Amino acid sequence: DGNYCLTCGSDKTLKLWNPHKGTALRTYQGHGYEVLDAAGSSDNSQICSGGADKAVALWDVTTGQVVRKYRGHAGKVNCVQFNEEATVIVSGSIDSTVRCWDCRSRRPDPIQVLDEAKDGISSVKLSAHEILTGSVDGRVRRYDLRSGQLFSDYIGSPITSVCFSKDGQCVLAASLDSTLRLLDKDTGELLGEYTGHRSTTYRLDCVLNEQDTHVGCASEDGHVYFWDLVEGSLALSLPVGQGVVQSLAFHPRLPCLLVATQGQVTLWREDTFQPE
Amino acid sequence: LIPLIVGERIKKPVPLQEQTVKDAKGRYQRFHGAFTGGFSAGYFNTVGTKEGWTPSAFVSSRQKRAGRTILGPEDFMDEEDLSEFGIAPKDITTTDDFASKAKDRIKEKARQIAGVVAPIPGTTAFDDLIGPSKITVGVELLRKMGWKEGQGIGPRVKRKPRRQKPDPAVKIYGCALPPGLSEGSEDEEDEYQPENVTFAPKDVIPVDLTPKENVHGLGYKGLDPSQALFGASGREHLNLFTGASEETNNLLGELRHSKGRKLGITGQAFGVGALEEEDDDIYATDTLSKYDTVLKDEEPGDGLYGWTAPKQYKSKKRSEREFKYIGKILAGFSLASKSSAPIKVYPPPSLPRNYRPVHYFHPVLAAGNENSHLQKVLEESAGKLQSAPAPQSRHALSAAQRREQLGETELKGPAPSILEYLSEKDRERLKEVRQASEQQMKAKAECEQPPKSRLPPLPSEDSAHKWQVLLEGQLANAGSSDFKPFAKNPEKQKRYESFVKSLKQGEKGDALERFLDPALPAWERGREREEFCRAAAFYRASSSALASRFTRARYEDDVDKVEVPRDQENDIDDKETAVKMKMFGKLTRDTFEWHPDKLLCKRFNVRDPYPDSSVVGLPKVKRDKYSVFNFLTVSEPTTSVTQATKEKIQESNSLNKPRKSSRWDVSDKEKEKKDSISEFISLARSKADVQQQPPVPAGEECAAGTAETLPTEGADEDKNQEEESTRPPMDLFKAIFVSSSDEKSSSSEEESDEEQQPATSEREAETTKPADVPDSSSSNLQEGVTATMDSGISSLPASKQALDDPEEFGPKLPPAFSSGRFCKQLDRKEKHRKIRERHKSKKEHKHKKEKKKKHKKQKSKGKHKNKKSEKDSSSDTADSSDSLSEVDASGLSPKELLRR
Repeated sequence: DGNYCLTCGSDKTLKLWNPHKGTALRTYQGHGYEVLDAAGSSDNSQICSGGADKAVALWDVTTGQVVRKYRGHAGKVNCVQFNEEATVIVSGSIDSTVRCWDCRSRRPDPIQVLDEAKDGISSVKLSAHEILTGSVDGRVRRYDLRSGQLFSDYIGSPITSVCFSKDGQCVLAASLDSTLRLLDKDTGELLGEYTGHRSTTYRLDCVLNEQDTHVGCASEDGHVYFWDLVEGSLALSLPVGQGVVQSLAFHPRLPCLLVATQGQVTLWREDTFQPE
Repeated sequence: LIPLIVGERIKKPVPLQEQTVKDAKGRYQRFHGAFTGGFSAGYFNTVGTKEGWTPSAFVSSRQKRAGRTILGPEDFMDEEDLSEFGIAPKDITTTDDFASKAKDRIKEKARQIAGVVAPIPGTTAFDDLIGPSKITVGVELLRKMGWKEGQGIGPRVKRKPRRQKPDPAVKIYGCALPPGLSEGSEDEEDEYQPENVTFAPKDVIPVDLTPKENVHGLGYKGLDPSQALFGASGREHLNLFTGASEETNNLLGELRHSKGRKLGITGQAFGVGALEEEDDDIYATDTLSKYDTVLKDEEPGDGLYGWTAPKQYKSKKRSEREFKYIGKILAGFSLASKSSAPIKVYPPPSLPRNYRPVHYFHPVLAAGNENSHLQKVLEESAGKLQSAPAPQSRHALSAAQRREQLGETELKGPAPSILEYLSEKDRERLKEVRQASEQQMKAKAECEQPPKSRLPPLPSEDSAHKWQVLLEGQLANAGSSDFKPFAKNPEKQKRYESFVKSLKQGEKGDALERFLDPALPAWERGREREEFCRAAAFYRASSSALASRFTRARYEDDVDKVEVPRDQENDIDDKETAVKMKMFGKLTRDTFEWHPDKLLCKRFNVRDPYPDSSVVGLPKVKRDKYSVFNFLTVSEPTTSVTQATKEKIQESNSLNKPRKSSRWDVSDKEKEKKDSISEFISLARSKADVQQQPPVPAGEECAAGTAETLPTEGADEDKNQEEESTRPPMDLFKAIFVSSSDEKSSSSEEESDEEQQPATSEREAETTKPADVPDSSSSNLQEGVTATMDSGISSLPASKQALDDPEEFGPKLPPAFSSGRFCKQLDRKEKHRKIRERHKSKKEHKHKKEKKKKHKKQKSKGKHKNKKSEKDSSSDTADSSDSLSEVDASGLSPKELLRR
């Protein structure tokens, strides 16, 4: 919810930080291999994470224990997400399946397996009633639970990251042809296209800022690029570091950006921001 | 037991499990153990409760370890046990201890000494808890006389005060005695005793009469666990006693003063002497934390040496590298100042690129008549291999064409037909039989469906006519002629096309004949014509059946799906272009019906959009899981290729060369595809052409359906061997087995037919049994085969017998085929079938397994044989025919099963 920050890495641990103070709050150990993605629940009581050990783990934040571990993916788990009530974990894996795990029951197998993708899932996002997946097969799939439909939008090049806009009307998809595309959620029409950054090999994140005015994306040249959402013009490129900017996240309400690059996480805020 | 009341009728005896005993409160009384009644009461074998035993408290070990509760014996006892009459009554009873008021100290002391001696010290201490010592009368008398416990008995003695000062010369090890306990203090008191005071004599220690019953050395006493376990505290005593061992007597004498103390260890049989000061706590339990559990850099250099390495190394200033594995240098040796020249490593000679690690022999062929052709072929191909021409053109040639190019005369090998071997009379008879059976067959075909294509038809004129009649109707609706079964042989393809054209126009008989290659001999022509017919039929069948279903596979991953989604994501090509044109929207959007799981909806707080559907995910079109169609999609575009590869294979076979495995893999694949196709053909035909149609031999169909090579003897054999050596993968097996059963259920038409078939065949098998070869009844296939294989003609009587059978094992000797071996093969085929069918009803399942096994076996065997039999080319009949028999089993089995 903007107060905490989770990092995960190849040291098989997750770390919970207070990004505003820069303090490490807790370390969560229990994964067998690299942790590839982590997400916190909306009430900050639980963490889910997925790693190269093909397992999805559900953590208790306070105790630091693994509450549950879901095994079933055949490959590395690329991305995990909680649903709004933290009752379901949706995980996307390199085995081209998206699995929905039940946090409530003790069922070891997923509620549902979404195996429509033809290649690995690189990104998963959830809204109240939708599951948005981006796959390496170049498709953005949106599973609408309410209407019981699957919308599959063909982008072409492997999708690295997808996200909903805050108003829930648009879908932003970053692909490996160094392009971000803003698609209309309902019709699949292209609303905007943003280029300028470099994204050809890594799984990089893209974000929308807190007011849906700008589109941000990490780049392999060590910058974070921001475009104006409507005009599609490059608004800002933040030089973050030398290497690849691996991940970034925007504060849900404040103009505040978290950027992860080369083993460090930096917090960016607007110029006027005065740290306490 | 309830006493029987007189006059009352004796009840039925209560069964054992109902005989229950209840205690005072009405609960089920439990008996105890073997000694007190056996465990049989209460809930039978359920630990006394209805639910049985449950762990008292399960605590997840993940969160916290369950506290280790120390359970005494009481925890396992019932409350009844603790009552007055139980095993361990807990009621307070007066003991003799209290009755007698005093303890027998002597006994206690004796016990103490015994306790030291006893392996477990302290156990004797329990003795007086359990059995309270009684004070004898004598003791009581003595007490009355003024005797006190701990004193000796006898007249009082005047004792010289003994100083027990530590000798200054003797070093005292260990700690000084605790002041309260030290005997010195008592002795000091003794010093000031007045002279006239007498002492009671020293108490006499009762002689320890415990027998030596262990195998320890004399005087050895076991390790005192109290000291061993509680380390440091006990060691004071140890040091004390051993250090002042000369005083043992005294100490023992004055043991009474140090009653609270336990005697320590006095033996010396320990690894660590008492005098070794610097030895730290050796009895301390060592914990894991003392060991390195993490691999990390230790002090520089330290990690390089083992822990046994000498300590001097640190002082030495040699370079580390030299020392790595040497450690300490032996006296008289010194390290070499310069290292010896490194051993030169010569790399193995680089192999030429076309080197093959297997030597092969150029076959030394007898310049016999029948071998000349083969030799020619060998030479030719060998020469071509060296010059490396375009292989396609070479492989595309048929054997006959090659022969023409080489200017060879036609083979003078075995006669083209087996008929030639027969006498005139036999031929006559055969003809009669054939005609009779043919008529029979026709009649049958009219009344019922044509039998499954099992038998070789006669490519005689009338059958060809039948083909034509049949095809004319079919070809009318055949569309564009882009189907080129003989694409690899352009001449033939041309011929074929004109043939088809003329067929369409309705020409008949000899008019068609002119399209055939006039250069070919008559029997080849006949064969070719039949081939054309078949190809045309196949084209019709497959084009209509396949074209409606499949498009060309664009992406491989679309193909191998087992369950085909109803809504495929449509054309990606279009989308690609759309993406390029940035026309997102309708073009790139696919919308499917998608059924979320009910639970998922619940968790998302969403109403289930399809409340009454049981489907989850995308709705699928159910298709046979291992349907032949799934395989066909792969094989369809490759049909025309198979011939080429086949020919290639044949070429390579005739090259007498160790083949690379890769090539065989290819052929395997190809073969698999071909199999599936021929499968499909037979299937499709049986469905589509329910009209009269002469049954097609399975083996021949295989060959004729896709390949058109003119069978010379060598090629024929090679083909067979190839068949034998290929083994379709398990998937295909599954496909065949599964789909066969599925097909049965799907088409009722076939089903009825199929049901009929085994019945008739079984009946026939029964009838032919006595007439057949004597050993055909044996279940051993191999045996039956070899017995009939003694000579080529010996199998003829059997085949003649088979001629009499109406349809199944009809007189279908393939006259077109030149080699007698082929006839043999067919005969054997029939026999196999018979034998198999005889056992079929019982062990159908077993057969499948068997066959699989066989296939496996054959793969290795076949390969081996291929090489071998080719080395000594066609001369080795026994071997090759042996393998041929296996070919039959393997080549037929899928089809056989399909038909069942």
